[in-house]
Amino acid sequence: MPEPRDRTRPAMQRFSFLSLIGHALRGHAGWQQQWRTPEPRPAYDAVIIGGGGHGLGTAYHLAHDHGMRNIAVLERGWIGGGNTGRNTTIIRSNYLFDESAALYDHALQMWERLSRTLDYNVMFSPRGVMMLAHTHHDVQVLRRHVHANRANGIDNEWLTPEAAQAFCPPLNIAPTLRYPVLGAALQRRGGVARHDAVAWGYARAADALGVDILQNCEVTAIRRDADGAVSAVETTRGTIRTGRVGIVAAGHSSVVAAMAGLRLPLESFPLQALVSEPVKPVLPCVVMSNTVHAYISQSDKGELVIGAGTDAYVSYSQRGGLHVTTETLAAICELFPTFRRLRMLRNWGGIVDTTPDRSPIIARTPVPGLYINCGWGTGGFKATPGSAHVFAWTMAKDAPHPINAAFTLERFRDGALIDEAAAAAVAH
Amino acid sequence: MLLIDCPYCGPRPEIEFTYGGEAHRARPADPAALSDEEWAGYLYLRRNPKGRHAERWRHAHGCGRFFNALRDTVSDAFLATYRVNETPPPPTIGPEAAA
Repeated sequence: MPEPRDRTRPAMQRFSFLSLIGHALRGHAGWQQQWRTPEPRPAYDAVIIGGGGHGLGTAYHLAHDHGMRNIAVLERGWIGGGNTGRNTTIIRSNYLFDESAALYDHALQMWERLSRTLDYNVMFSPRGVMMLAHTHHDVQVLRRHVHANRANGIDNEWLTPEAAQAFCPPLNIAPTLRYPVLGAALQRRGGVARHDAVAWGYARAADALGVDILQNCEVTAIRRDADGAVSAVETTRGTIRTGRVGIVAAGHSSVVAAMAGLRLPLESFPLQALVSEPVKPVLPCVVMSNTVHAYISQSDKGELVIGAGTDAYVSYSQRGGLHVTTETLAAICELFPTFRRLRMLRNWGGIVDTTPDRSPIIARTPVPGLYINCGWGTGGFKATPGSAHVFAWTMAKDAPHPINAAFTLERFRDGALIDEAAAAAVAH
Repeated sequence: MLLIDCPYCGPRPEIEFTYGGEAHRARPADPAALSDEEWAGYLYLRRNPKGRHAERWRHAHGCGRFFNALRDTVSDAFLATYRVNETPPPPTIGPEAAA
């Protein structure tokens, strides 16, 4: 049973058209703080390490679905400042294997109602995700994906080059291209969302349920008792006692897990992205090409948001080499000749934690009381709501939800990989 | 782009090289004697450190040879490069370098 609401705090203001008019008439002076800035308490029932979308969402679901109100999210920097604020916001669920399809489509179904769930406009825009085929092999692989997806009840359809151009007019389908467009797979339910709003919406909703969001609070050690179970975390803001810790630290998962003596099958790489100057609406959907390695969509601000590749080497530098983005821009300019004169405004890197099979780990660990949600690699944003939901379930019940039951740490020992990495032409 | 000092050819731009993952990993002498846990450890567990990392590179568009490097994964600065049959030398640059 959920605990009754803390009566010492005002209820969360609901956003509506009427509330907007009301606040406008009062000069917008009456808006509530979206979440508190509390001091850490000495003990919590559960602690989430990592204040990105997945971590904040996990806290929200622990509080909302499982009635755990005495919990905290510890964030080293500011919420949503890691990969949540650095990704290209693409949402899709056209994964090949049954386990992945179930996980990512669970998330996609939650995206479809997330703004209503959180009472916060996450600007989910199902404008369609189109994946291009440039070689005979691409055509076979993407058509296989279309069939596998449809067998799993996930929408995906095959388009001829002409149909692809009709759906996305700026696309160049000239047969003279070095990598001509031979067709495309289109998931119409896919699209984009506003990344910051996802972090803020979850933070606000979790805070309203009593979750403490502790920013500028870096975990420096994880304490274990005589039985090996988690007993406390040491932070830059003091010791916090807790028997349940969830690590949702993306690129830093290895570093945090090592504090509990746990080694993970992860390597961290920089993944780069960049945006152009803003222009009027020109690109109506998301276009992805794994062969020439380019992802592109247009934000509501008008910037073209472009995803480049990962650098080859392990790094925590959040930068990456310019030759990686240069290669992506060359591909974009060939596919979309109209974009050649656009200037790029910003480029940046995020640190992504990749597993050997390119599928995530959402599971209990051999350390009692320690749970891990990591390994999302280059494609974690799209899974945010589903990941948060099933990870909260796993932490609350000390047992996996059926959807994440296969995404264990032990699958690497047992050889039960979910090998999306080998399901060629899958970008993550 | 990184500037990588190939021990055979000298400093060259990163695009001449391919990355070869963590260095100094020896294949177990008798894989059949290993437990599943140990074998998975050899196959999949990497140090992935935030800090000094010993790693392999191959000068693919140069001499074609593999060599090892010590690199700081926070700054991406190379601390040293050395041949595969050598032990890691002390860092030649950065805060850990000898004065």
